[in-house]
Amino acid sequence: MTAVIETGSLGKRYRRLWALSDCTLSVPAGHVVGLVGPNGAGKTTLLSLATGNLLPTTGTIEVLGGRPAAGQAQLARVGYLAQDAPVYAGLSVAEHLRLGARLNPGWDAGLARSRVERLDLDAGQKAGTLSGGQRAQLALTLAIAKRPELLILDEPVASLDPLARREFLQDLMEATAEQGLSVVLSSHLVGDLERVCDYLIVLVGSRVRLAGPLEELLAGHHLLSGPRRDPRSLPDSMQVISASHTDVQSTLLVRTSGPVLDPAWMVSEVALEDLVLGYMSQATGRGRRNHLEVQR
Amino acid sequence: MIEFHLDGRSGVAPYLQLIHQVRHALRLGLLREGDQLPKVKDVAAGLAINPNTVLKAYRELEYEGLAAARPGIGTFVTGTLGDGASLAAHGPLRRDLQRWLAKARGAGLDEESIEALFVSTFRSAREEDIA
Repeated sequence: MTAVIETGSLGKRYRRLWALSDCTLSVPAGHVVGLVGPNGAGKTTLLSLATGNLLPTTGTIEVLGGRPAAGQAQLARVGYLAQDAPVYAGLSVAEHLRLGARLNPGWDAGLARSRVERLDLDAGQKAGTLSGGQRAQLALTLAIAKRPELLILDEPVASLDPLARREFLQDLMEATAEQGLSVVLSSHLVGDLERVCDYLIVLVGSRVRLAGPLEELLAGHHLLSGPRRDPRSLPDSMQVISASHTDVQSTLLVRTSGPVLDPAWMVSEVALEDLVLGYMSQATGRGRRNHLEVQR
Repeated sequence: MIEFHLDGRSGVAPYLQLIHQVRHALRLGLLREGDQLPKVKDVAAGLAINPNTVLKAYRELEYEGLAAARPGIGTFVTGTLGDGASLAAHGPLRRDLQRWLAKARGAGLDEESIEALFVSTFRSAREEDIA
């Protein structure tokens, strides 16, 4: 199966600042990919490179085997929902659908109409007067009705209230099941990601820190707690991602392929949140405070 | 048709929760051989979860011989857990249990104590069976 996004040493620089560095990824098709990381990590930059809204400074990127936004056919295969679900405030709901039909060769008018009806959107209402949730749903309708193979969403639910967020994700998952879409979405709402994503990319400080099928990543990491000890004394097969210590106890997030056999450790499974926070603190150096204290 | 729900705080993987709920429904007779399981699309939309999670649960149920997919139609129950005769015994057993619960409350046990007593008795009975 071709990768939906394939990058090689991809980088993007704004003046002197690297927004994305040395990014090498191969994201397989058929997944809902969660792209997470703190603000300013480079999530939007990566997504904008994938949609062709930005050109790389270094390296390569292919989307569904083609160059991003290389032509009509390539554009038709990728749906994109930018941050804050932009719509044309002065155009009505019906006019948005007409615009969608005019601009997209593969437009599914029946799907668009039935979605608008089900969402109870007034066809004559100006988009500028819709609620945040309705606006996001209208933007999602346009993105789905063009029948893309890959849907890219940048923080689609960040500004929505919990109910609107749930409804948006329900509709997104329905479309994913129905149309066999691949989805890449950025978010820092870990609870939502846990339900919808089966592939994870953690981006911190312009670099990819972790990428892979979510289940494998969760199975390959453990939280260890036990009597205080130096993380450097652990076997080589264990990679310490983050560590914190008190005067008597150490708590570590480790990556390891095998089981943890040392009986001194209490081993617990990790959840998505542990993983994301662990990699974020590893990269930023935050959360290492306790570590430094004991080494004094 | 059953309806799935997810406990986000249980720490149990969503696909396992779906499997448990099907097995539970089979044990209680809420699902019988030939019944259709909710469509993947409907579960994904209803719970806002990844369709692959639902597919994984259904594949696991197929592997256990409890369900089978009919391409283009859906997934159907093909096995049972606990036969019909034992299901018929559920009613009287439940009534016995209700009487016992009333007795336990009458003796001043709170819910936690009742649960602890039941589980510890259940465990020791099982250990005696094994031994």
